[in-house]
Amino acid sequence: MAANGAPAGLTQGSGTKGGIGESTLRPDGVLKVTGEFAYASDMWHEDMLWGQILRSTVAHAEIVSVDTGEALATPGVYAVMTYDDLPTDVRHYGLEIRDTPVLAHGKVRHHGEPVAIVAADHPETARRAAAKVKVEYRELPLVTDEASATAPGAVLVHEHRTDHHSGHVPHPNIVHRQPIVRGDAAAAAARADVIVVGDYHFGMQDQAFLGPESGLAVPGEDGGVDLYIATQWLHSDLRQIAPVLGLPEDKVRMTLSGVGGAFGGREDLSMQIHACLLALRTGKPVKMVYNRFESFFGHVHRHPARLHYEHGATRHGRLTHVRCRIVLDGGAYASASPAVVGNAASLSVGPYVVDDVDIEALALYSNNPPCGAMRGFGAVQACFAYEAQMDKVAAGLGLDPVEFRRINAMEQGTLMPTGQPVDSPAPVAELLRRVKAMPMPPERQWESSEGADVRQLPGGLSNTTHGEGVVRGVGYAVGIKNVGFSEGFDDYSTARVRLEAVGGRPVVTVHTAMAEVGQGGVTVHAQIARTELGVTQVTIRPADTRVGSAGSTSASRQTYVTGGAIKHACELVRERVLELGRRRFGSYHPAWATAGLLLEGGKVVTDGGEVLADLVDVLEDEAVEVEEEWRHRPTQPFDPRTGQGDGHVQYSFAAHRAVVEVDTELGLVKVIELACAQDVGKALNPLSVVGQIQGGTVQGLGIAVMEEIVVDPVTAKVQNPSFTDYLLPTILDTPALPVDVLELADDHAPYGLRGVGEAPTLSSTPAVLAAIRDATGLALDRTPVRPEHLTGTAGSDRHPQDPPGGARNVTPSAPPGAPAKSRSARGT
Amino acid sequence: MRVNLTVNGRPQEADDVWEGESLLYVLRERMGLPGSKNACEQGECGSCTVRLDGVPVCSCLVAAGQAEGREVVTVEGLAEYARRRAEGSTTTGTRAGESASLDAARRWQAGGTDSQTGENIELAPVQQAFIDAGAVQCGFCTPGLLVAADEMLERHPNPSDEDIREALSGNLCRCTGYEKIMDAVRLAAARRSEEA
Repeated sequence: MAANGAPAGLTQGSGTKGGIGESTLRPDGVLKVTGEFAYASDMWHEDMLWGQILRSTVAHAEIVSVDTGEALATPGVYAVMTYDDLPTDVRHYGLEIRDTPVLAHGKVRHHGEPVAIVAADHPETARRAAAKVKVEYRELPLVTDEASATAPGAVLVHEHRTDHHSGHVPHPNIVHRQPIVRGDAAAAAARADVIVVGDYHFGMQDQAFLGPESGLAVPGEDGGVDLYIATQWLHSDLRQIAPVLGLPEDKVRMTLSGVGGAFGGREDLSMQIHACLLALRTGKPVKMVYNRFESFFGHVHRHPARLHYEHGATRHGRLTHVRCRIVLDGGAYASASPAVVGNAASLSVGPYVVDDVDIEALALYSNNPPCGAMRGFGAVQACFAYEAQMDKVAAGLGLDPVEFRRINAMEQGTLMPTGQPVDSPAPVAELLRRVKAMPMPPERQWESSEGADVRQLPGGLSNTTHGEGVVRGVGYAVGIKNVGFSEGFDDYSTARVRLEAVGGRPVVTVHTAMAEVGQGGVTVHAQIARTELGVTQVTIRPADTRVGSAGSTSASRQTYVTGGAIKHACELVRERVLELGRRRFGSYHPAWATAGLLLEGGKVVTDGGEVLADLVDVLEDEAVEVEEEWRHRPTQPFDPRTGQGDGHVQYSFAAHRAVVEVDTELGLVKVIELACAQDVGKALNPLSVVGQIQGGTVQGLGIAVMEEIVVDPVTAKVQNPSFTDYLLPTILDTPALPVDVLELADDHAPYGLRGVGEAPTLSSTPAVLAAIRDATGLALDRTPVRPEHLTGTAGSDRHPQDPPGGARNVTPSAPPGAPAKSRSARGT
Repeated sequence: MRVNLTVNGRPQEADDVWEGESLLYVLRERMGLPGSKNACEQGECGSCTVRLDGVPVCSCLVAAGQAEGREVVTVEGLAEYARRRAEGSTTTGTRAGESASLDAARRWQAGGTDSQTGENIELAPVQQAFIDAGAVQCGFCTPGLLVAADEMLERHPNPSDEDIREALSGNLCRCTGYEKIMDAVRLAAARRSEEA
């Protein structure tokens, strides 16, 4: 399937229009293009108040005193609350570890931590009143990196840990640690003809979804609260919110409001509890909307990482072993760090066959901003490093980097470092072949008879060059990502499906708690219902907590798991409809007794296509409704010492080719093209699939060349919390994004599908880096690459633990007469 | 203070406006027109783009008082604006058949995702193209992009890719990777040239 082409030639999943395999349009599209779609920040309620958070101005400090008097006396202010005003003894929350205080207690652990909340009748009044809360801090020593976290006598970020990881970690400032040991890496290293070592730094990326954190809490007459909220997982929020409010879960009624993007940044709570607390305290509806500055403090970020890798290979290009150590900075609170560690460790080798591995991944507690889920979830950082390593090993062997990857590419049946066999298609070599085979963009395409179109050159409209000093480079990368929640997590979803006749037409209603965050789940869910029940008219009900949990809209899992739940519920509805039909009409036509009856086009048909009855006649005035939970195959936790275990349910693969042009004098990069080949198992909605791949690709481009939250290493304060200073790719920074979609079914998944959303974010970044290295000959061991890294004018931002000189090649002594085993990788 | 302005062809007035309020705030919170989005409120993302006397601006950077006596077109009025333009009249008088009263607009709540919602609504060509090309994902950037793209197509009926990128460079999108936005604008231009 071509990027921009019509989705022709794909298998139609159904005889009913709008079923799976078609590029059905979004049901919310019209509302979104007319401005009528109600996002969380658009909600309005009569007599509502505005909530505001006061955040800490320092990263680590004891709170000596808090004076709320002046804030409370401000006209228009209805409530000011601090930790001491919380209604119950449950005052912390967290995805896995309840270590995050709803409001700071005794001390603050990171810059921007919530200290007090205010409700007022105008947002500006609330902001000004919050600024009048007087907080006196006594600053404490900072933990900012591994050295300061684990030094003798290091300050403990959480001095009284009792979580289930605390007994297994080497230091209380380590949230979680996962080793993986398989085979004998030391013995394998001795067999290597070339060994390449590298140290890499991955910057802190922000999800930067456009719709700010927002919600509206409305107090109920029963003492409960209704919360309209933009989130990724309603039921996870509910489990964390209700105990803090001192309410049973059924008195906290949550409804998904319009979500303006998420990318992992809405997995953790932001303002949910604060808005509910203020609503319950004041008895009035309270709306909270973060501004962009606050949004940078209001959600977790992608873990910055330091990665040390050693790869070995034979002169024939076979990898012998991988040793690596990945240190993720989790920041002040645990969030999803334990699971990110498991992902980084188990996916650290990439999509390659390596029998002998020695891996360690860990996440630190520090006084830096908390980090957690973001698209790619630990696999992104690893992919950046192992793909840089693959290029270096290939260069050391004098092999083409794509050929070297192909030699080592995993395939179906390959064992992961965890010992788990990959039991569905793993077309790594094929994806590389496809992405390499795509036509190359023309050389010097900015050149025309009239001269250079500067808009197509590095620097663009800034008119920095007319082509002199511009060099082109090409780079490749491929990655592996797990789909769904891993390590034994009970990863289920719930779907309620109802089929009835309305006004003489059959109508399906699908009710789940799935968060539509923009990914198009609502579109494919309707397609699945149409396919399974042969009914065109499908209504997707708003997601809320009146139906069972759908799990999170993350880990590329919703089409698989909630889609699977809808498919399963539809199958049960179909059985009951056919049973109804047999009772009503079975005596009139013997075909009712046969197996293989289908629902198509609003009718019951035999597998030979003979129509037995209209659905509306079968249903009459009965509604058939089924609510079912559905699970994918169970997974296992990784062994805490060896990392062995069938921890993942499914893998997805994507490969990228990047073409860049670099102005070597000014250090400016223009990505000319970023092509992707990805296996999606089955494209339920080809238009949406391509959209996901392109969006993920550009987020990877962002981390490669511009995106980074800069935290001052001395004060641990965030330096660039705005869209002025945190640079996101614009349409001018974004190249053509051709996509080649491969569909090799995973027999274990509904319709053979694979999760799509995350894999393209993995390989995009290292492909761009590889292309810049190819263009410039520089080693480039960090993301994002900034102009100063390309012009040699960067000051040292190297970690004190990093070896001087950065990445280096180590070649064991060669036996006499052996051919040259290692050539220096370009630029090292 | 009181601010009088014309929004989507309809005279509006807002009372008790604080001097620091932006046009964006007045549109969203006082006039019940939340279509213009509040993604950064510092003029960096373009999500709040509206036309002020025909010129695309970030409404978050326009003080409400600066809009006094002027004409504003938001995404809510884009279809009507495009229809009038097609009929040869871009001056916006009071428009007939108001689609939503101020009161009703204010009561918008988290909507459902009923597959039937929104049928039979008249759209501007660029709006339809965004839907058809798959350029809408989360959709938060969409209103601003539509206003900017529609204005660019008004000036530039047959834009090159570089023209499109230049015109939309002030509008951030975090979901799509922009490729389908390019497709949508190309599609809108192509449909228009077919009709011409």
